[in-house]
Amino acid sequence: MPVTTLADHTIHVDDAGFLTDPSEWDDGLALVLAEQVGLTLTDEHRAVLTFLREDFRQRGETPTLRRASAGSGVPVKELFRLFPQKPAKKMAYVAGLPKPVGCV
Amino acid sequence: MTSTETATAIVPHFGTDDAPGRKLAIICSKGNLDMAYPGLILANAALGEGVETHLFFTFWGLDMITRATMGDLKFTMLGNTATHMPQGLGGLPGMTAMATSRLKKAIAELDVPDVPEFLEQIVASGGHLWACRLSADMNHLTLADLDEDVEGIISASDFIEKTDGAQLLFI
Repeated sequence: MPVTTLADHTIHVDDAGFLTDPSEWDDGLALVLAEQVGLTLTDEHRAVLTFLREDFRQRGETPTLRRASAGSGVPVKELFRLFPQKPAKKMAYVAGLPKPVGCV
Repeated sequence: MTSTETATAIVPHFGTDDAPGRKLAIICSKGNLDMAYPGLILANAALGEGVETHLFFTFWGLDMITRATMGDLKFTMLGNTATHMPQGLGGLPGMTAMATSRLKKAIAELDVPDVPEFLEQIVASGGHLWACRLSADMNHLTLADLDEDVEGIISASDFIEKTDGAQLLFI
């Protein structure tokens, strides 16, 4: 399991760079992860990340885009604005969760 | 757990900086409930990966975007050997309704939306819906008969022009 260091945060990641231990995540690391994928976190981003982490804690699975939208109350269109191009993967990465595996 | 220290940070590559403008064109030609889903699922997946996606609804596929039918597509056992049931059974009264409601239930249990809601999600994700001119004319349908998210009724050649350079799926 690779270990990588981002702005003084030493984290365990998979081969692609997604965190493998959600407990290593905190609000400060979120800022660093967001920066890696070209995002500046706002409260809107934070609200989505909070839902993602809570849902993962309860179900042990990263929510898909559809679930993230339904659960956070943020419309799909907004999620594409907040996390452009590849919203489901980007939000999972910034939330310190594995890549989502669901199809829809 | 074995650990390896790496000099450069490992960060996922989302390919947004050098996106080559990948495009996908999906032609939906079937109006059965089970054959509506492959196109919708693939379109949704492509959009989630940042791929520009266009769907062209032609022949029976037009049912997927026609207001009167889009929420009422059906699944039949008839002619579908993959149900592994005797074909004669499929012809009994009520069997198509039963097979349809079972499939709908199975889809809903997986938290996959029904056809109208799925199209809404695809459009919210930036997907484009186009209706086939010939199919619309054959069925005497105008834009008013179609889902409000359909951008236009266009000819096959216009669709080919719009999707210049796209990868193409015919379903």
